[in-house]
Parts: sequence; C-alpha cells; structure tokens
Amino acid sequence: MNRYPLWKNLMIGLVLLWGLIYTLPNLYGEVPAVQVSSAKATLRLDPTAASDRAANALKDAGIEHDGIFSDAGSVRARFASTDIQLRAKDVIERAFNPDAEDPSYVVALNLLPASPAWLTAIHALPMYLGLDLRGGVHFLLEVDMPGALTKRLDSTTGDLRTLMRDKNVRHAGITREGNTVVVRFRDAAQREAGRRAIQDSTPDLQLAERDAAADDLRLIATLTPQAQQKMRDFAIKQNITTLHNRINELGVAEPVIQQQGAERIVVQLPGVQDVAKAKDILGRTATLEVRMVDDTPGALESALGGSIPFGTELYSERGGGPLLVKKQVVLTGDRLTDAQPGFDGQTNEPAVHLTLDAAGARIFRDVTRESVGKRMAILLIEKGKGEVVTAPVIRTEIGGGRVQISGRMTTTEANDVALLLRAGSLAAPMEIIEERTVGPSLGAENISKGFHSTLWGFIAIAAFMCIYYALFGIVSSIALATNLLLLVALLSLLQATLTLPGIAAMALTLGMAIDANVLINERIREELRNGASPQAAIAAGYDRAWNTILDSNVTSLIAGIALLVFGSGPVRGFAVVHCLGILTSMFSAILVSRMLINFIYGRRRKIESLSIGQIWKPDSN
Amino acid sequence: MEFFRIKKDIPFMRHSLVFNAISFATFLLAVFFIATRGLHLSVEFTGGTLVEVTYAEAQPLEPIRAALAADGNTDILVQHFGSARDVLIRLPNRDDIDSNGIADRVMSALHKMEAPPPELRRVEFVGPQVGKELASDGAMALLLVIIGIVVYLALRFEWRLGVATIIANLHDVIIILGFFAFFQWEFSLAVLAATLAVLGYSVNESVVIFDRVRETFRKKRGYTTTQVVDHAITSTISRTIITHGSTQMMVLSMLVFGGETLYYFSLALTIGICFGIYSSVLVASPLAIWLGMKREQFVKPKKEKEEAVV
Repeated sequence: MNRYPLWKNLMIGLVLLWGLIYTLPNLYGEVPAVQVSSAKATLRLDPTAASDRAANALKDAGIEHDGIFSDAGSVRARFASTDIQLRAKDVIERAFNPDAEDPSYVVALNLLPASPAWLTAIHALPMYLGLDLRGGVHFLLEVDMPGALTKRLDSTTGDLRTLMRDKNVRHAGITREGNTVVVRFRDAAQREAGRRAIQDSTPDLQLAERDAAADDLRLIATLTPQAQQKMRDFAIKQNITTLHNRINELGVAEPVIQQQGAERIVVQLPGVQDVAKAKDILGRTATLEVRMVDDTPGALESALGGSIPFGTELYSERGGGPLLVKKQVVLTGDRLTDAQPGFDGQTNEPAVHLTLDAAGARIFRDVTRESVGKRMAILLIEKGKGEVVTAPVIRTEIGGGRVQISGRMTTTEANDVALLLRAGSLAAPMEIIEERTVGPSLGAENISKGFHSTLWGFIAIAAFMCIYYALFGIVSSIALATNLLLLVALLSLLQATLTLPGIAAMALTLGMAIDANVLINERIREELRNGASPQAAIAAGYDRAWNTILDSNVTSLIAGIALLVFGSGPVRGFAVVHCLGILTSMFSAILVSRMLINFIYGRRRKIESLSIGQIWKPDSN
Repeated sequence: MEFFRIKKDIPFMRHSLVFNAISFATFLLAVFFIATRGLHLSVEFTGGTLVEVTYAEAQPLEPIRAALAADGNTDILVQHFGSARDVLIRLPNRDDIDSNGIADRVMSALHKMEAPPPELRRVEFVGPQVGKELASDGAMALLLVIIGIVVYLALRFEWRLGVATIIANLHDVIIILGFFAFFQWEFSLAVLAATLAVLGYSVNESVVIFDRVRETFRKKRGYTTTQVVDHAITSTISRTIITHGSTQMMVLSMLVFGGETLYYFSLALTIGICFGIYSSVLVASPLAIWLGMKREQFVKPKKEKEEAVV
C-alpha cells in the first residue's frame, strides 16, 4: 500500500495553500497611486495625521480612492485610473504644500500592487522587481576612506597645535606626513611633556618616538585601529544619512540606499530617467552654520513689516516663530566633528552633544565669552534655503569644543537634530564606480521576454513528459508547476529582488528540476521491467531515487551558494533564485508527486498496470 | 513510448581511451584559443561605459562613429544590437576625462547629429576598480565550487570519484570558455553564472552514474569494475538523455524568446549541457577506473550503508 499518513498530506496541502496565497499578489498587477513623503530632513511625516489629511482633501475634491495606506515614512493612495491619479496628485499637492515655492512634502506618482487589502495585511506582496525589469537608475558609490582619514588627521594636526600651546609645550613643528602626524621637539624633556599632554587629551592616538638627530626628536602619532574603524563606520553611516536626505528631494517612490561591503553604498532609484539630475543631487552638499541672533528690540518687528535691518536675514525657527539672524557666520559645519543625541547631565533633559575641532572650539569659546545672555542660531542650509534648527540662549562661556544643545526637546527631536547636524555634509568624498540606467520600455520588454522563455520552455517539457510517461508524466508536470508556484511564493515572501538573470534562473531551475521526476519515473519503469508488482515498483522507485536526487541537488546547491557568496549584482540575482529553486524542487518533485501518485494508486488493493508509458522488456532469458 | 531498448550493457569502457583522447584534444584546442584569442570580456569586467539607444528608424552606424570620433572619443565600439534600429556603443574608461560623464557626452553628441535623436535605453558604467574585483570574485567562486564538490563527493562516495568528476567537468568549463574565445562572443557576468551553474549541473550526471556504480558493486558480485561501470552507464543512459533533453528544451526556449540579454547566457548553457553529457559519462568514469576505483571501496564489511539504500 502506498499511502501517506494524514499529517503528511495535510502538511503538503498547507504548504501548497500557502504558496497559492503568496503567489496571488503577483497576478493582480499594479494600479496607479500617489505617494506623499517628507521633503525635508527636519520634517517627520506623521502617518495617521497625513492619511486623514489626504483622505479629507480627496473627499473635498470629490475624488474617489481605492484605499489609503501608510507606513513609517510615507502615505499612499490608490486610484482606479491614471486620469484620476493625476487629478488626485494636484489635489493632494495643494493640500500638503500650500506654498508651491517651498514644498514641505514630496508628492509623487507611483504604482502600487492591486491586490486586495487582506493580502496586503498578511504581507503577501508581489515580487520585488529589479531595476532591469522596471527601469530606473542604479549607482554604486565608493566612499573615499583614505580621503576621510586625511581629513581627520589634518584636523588632528590643528588640535595638537592648540594643545601644545595650551600646555606650554615648546615644539619645533607639527605636520601630517602620509597617515601619521609628526611632532618635532628640540629636547627630550619637552617631548616627554608633549607625550603626556597628548595621551591625556586624545586617547585615539598611538604614539611612537623616533630620533632623527640629537636635536630633532620626533613623536609619531597614528590613529589607533579602533579609532580608524570607528571613523570608517561613522563616515559610511553619515554618508548614507546624507544621501537619504538628498534623494528625498528627487521624489522617488521607493529608493534603495544600502551599505554594500565596508566602503560602498548602493543607490537605486526606480523610475528615475534623468541621470544627470540624480547625479547632481547626490553630489550636492547641505551645510550647517552657526550665527548670532539679532535681539535688538524692535528689529524683528520692523523686519516682519518689510524692512529688514542691514546685515541681518529673516529665518523661521523650527516649530517656532520668525527669527532675525545676523549674516555674519560664526562657524560652519566643517568645524563640527560629531553630533550625538544624549541627556543633559544635570536636568536629565534630552540634549544634543556637539564636538568641535580645535579651531572651532577656540572660535566658539571666544564668541560665547563675548555674548553671554544672547541667543545663538544653528542653521541648516539645504537647497539654498536656510532653516534655524535651534536657537538656544548662551548661559556661560563654552570652552573645550564640547557643546550641548538642550531645552524644549523630546528624545526623538534630539535624535533628529543630531542626525541632521551630522547629515549636513558628507563625512568623506564619494565616487560613482558603477552606474546602470534602464529605460522603462526595456524593462517591460525584459519582463515579457523572461516570461515567454519560461512559459514556452515549461510547456515543451510538460508536453514531452505527458506523452512519454503518460499519467506519471502528468503528475510530474503538476509537480513542476507546484515548484514554480512555491518558488514565486517564496520570492514574494522574502521580497528578494527579481532581475532578468533571476527569471533565467527560474527557467533553468525548472529545466533542471524535472530531473528528479525523470529519475523516479525511470526507476519505477525499471522495477516494473524487473518484474516487481506495481505497488512495490512505486515504493521502490521513490525510495531508491531519493538518494540520487539528494546527491545531485546538493552538488547543484554548492554551485549556487558559491555564486551567492562571491557574486554581485546580476549574478547574485541569479544565485538567489537558483538556490531557492533547488530547495522547492526537492519538495515538489518528491513529496507532491508522491502524494498525487498515492491518491491515484495508493488506495487500490489490486492494480493491473501503471500508466507510465510503455514498458519494454528484453526477451526474458 | 520508450526510446531506449537496450538488451545488453553497452561496452562504453572498451573505448575509454578514444573518448579521453577526444576530450584531451578538444581541451587543448580550447586552451589554445583562450590563450591566443582571449575572451571578449564585457564592460562589467573591463570597466568602461556602455550606452544602448534605439532610433525610430533604421540607423547606419558610420555617422554615429563619425559624430563620436569628432567629439574626441577614441577606441569606441559601435554596433547594431538585435535590430538595425538599436545601437550599442561601448567606450573604454580613460584617465584624462571623468568617466562619470561619458554617457551624457555620448547622448549630447548623438543629439547633435542630423538623424532624429534616439531614445536612451540603457547605460552601464563600470569603474576600473570594480572590474578587477569581479574577475577575482569569479575565480574565487569557481574555486569554492571545485573544493565544495570534491569534498562532498569524497564524503558521500570516494575521493577518487570526486577527483574524476571534477576533472571531467572542469574540462567542460574550459571548453565553454574555448567556444567564447573562438567565436569572440561576449563573456559577461551572466555567462559566468551560467558556466558555474552548468558545472553544478554536469556534476549531477556523474553523481547519478556513480550512485549506480555503488549500487551495482553491492548487488552484482561477479562483475569486474569495467563491467560494473558499463552496467551503470547503460541503465542510466535513458534518464541522462531525457533529463538533458528537458533542460535543453528550457534553455532553447530562452535562446529563442529571451532576447539579446539572455542569448549568450543560454548559449553557454547549451554548450555546457552537450559537453556535460559527454564528459560526465564518458570521461569521468574511465578516469575513476584509472584512479583505482575498486569494489572494496564501496562494499564495506560492516554493510551499514546498504540498509540505507533498501
């Protein structure tokens, strides 16, 4: 008897049902949608409030929508046709950006899956298509780490100079040579003093002594490996943050910005065709400025009245009223080495801790000493427009380059401000080392080519199997179809990027997966040829073939994993699908086909013959 | 329907020397072509810029070449791609100009021409550092596959089979490369992926046969090693042909419907599949025999494994 226990049938049934549900979203296609996201780094989009706002605006304009969805950073509304989508975009644009000159939100056209809400609710989404299938731009950027190191050492050189002066250590020159900072001394006593001063103040530096001549004693300072590692992590994180802020401006629906390896960043902008503009925006810098607030009584009022006093500019404070700020720049973001969120040591309020480099610290000390009781404005200049991030009152002289901004801030705000201040500029220069642009028409063509290759290949194989192996061939074809179903479901679930090589892998995996069924069917024929009873032949065929199938799939999997580990870009897309396909094929070719065969033959006590095509026997002895 | 009606075991091994000689000759030929002609590597490996544009009407290539040359470009490759309306332009990386802007410059040069401006289909720019990495990553992937497969086969069967299989199948890889060198087909990342996938796939073939070899050693006590191998190949030959035929049908479908992008990918697969049958059946087995494969290596006195097979 060939029967599976109930639990096994149930399990296979459940897996197939799961596969069906997660494949479903791919069949619905996409509908036009409008997406709203924040255009400014300082502005956080509140999903619930924003969806209400969008819904109300659409209601007022009498435009029907097919549902509004929101996630952490954006709100999307679906529409029945592109006409309605365009009208809705205008309405939403007006509702969210009353001032067209200074938009706070990006309102972009987008496509959303048309699958019903219950599918979206269980995270059953369509496969994530790669750029070669949907069109768009792909950049691979490399962060210039040596450049970042040089920048850091240059500022260290300045710091050391200030340090030596503060500690009254006489030196004969401080210079950066390659990846080291060299401090020269005339005698050993001064060198010892210098050494102690540096060790006390900057633990990030490793010191070594070298004597070039009797009166040319040197101290060679290098960054410790930990400090270098920290610097690298910081540089790449900050660059990613900055890129995020800049790309928001492009209004791309679903940008991908990811770290790849230690020093690289991948940027993918689906749907963007204007590469020149994209490059321009990626390369642009936002800057941080510290200026003094003009608190002269009456000045602000007259500025609001239209006559801005000479040497000042009118800005609005974040979440506050207008502010008159002097044009003279006290400090720029170049002097800022770090900004971290934290808490005030005394009041325990959320705060942002800034670290300035030596020159910045000196300027800051001087300015604060002269302006106790006055207000200082920290501005972020983005897209040529400035905004006052915060304008605290100076309470005491602030020396040492460590500045704390606190008061009227929540923890989230402190995080945002810190991030913003860090994001002002790139930590290290970046270079585009790979670029790929795919036009939208080519993307659509690639999808149809990939689809047709798979379809016709599948039909050819299925037709052949059905003719050659009769009923067993039909079962094999169904198993192969199940394989495709499970593979698509798995790819949809994992949201792995599907590319054209990925579709090719899908086709190839199907072509290879049939091997398991051929092995089984041939084995059953052979058992029958050797005179086994039909039921015994089925059992023996499946059992004996199992070992072989396992071995051959493991070797394929080894090749797949090697490609996954060492492949990049298109090869990885191929490898992911290939590996997943091998796993699903083991399930479908063995379990699913066996279950079907069991349903067909397993219950019958007596079977005359199996429908597995003609069995030719050599003349028996 | 049944294609294969084989009464007796076919004495494949009688001709093993001939097969290996053929193999060796093709291998040498492939190595010769790779060495003399070299591979026509795609932009992904060499670094450079690739611009694909499509015109509304058939576009001769000469004016494009002239326009680009007038713009100061040297060493450009302009060719039709699929149809006379699609044009592919390939430019190398140059030290003196910023390679980032090459695509933009090409487009503006094309817009200045008398012909109606084309639609930009695809741009691919690869910096010089990426290309080198890809080549070394590809080599590492190949090495990992080789080691992985030899180790797995050594654990599962016998080290002799692992070594024989990998030698037989590596020669497939060299032959695929030989074809690409001889015809100067473009060797891209996708082709590399196909080559490695085919390596894993051809190894299947040897695995299936060696599986049979192991089984036959245990069942047929009187057979000599050669007879065992002949029997194993004969009893799996129908499966071999059908499986490869099925896979080839799928690959053929990609060759026909897949367009330019999948063309060389499926071409590499086709060569790999055809030579894969030959080498894993007719080259790996004699190699294993020459390496000293014997019954004792498979039939252990404890007979633990036999139960697992049932």
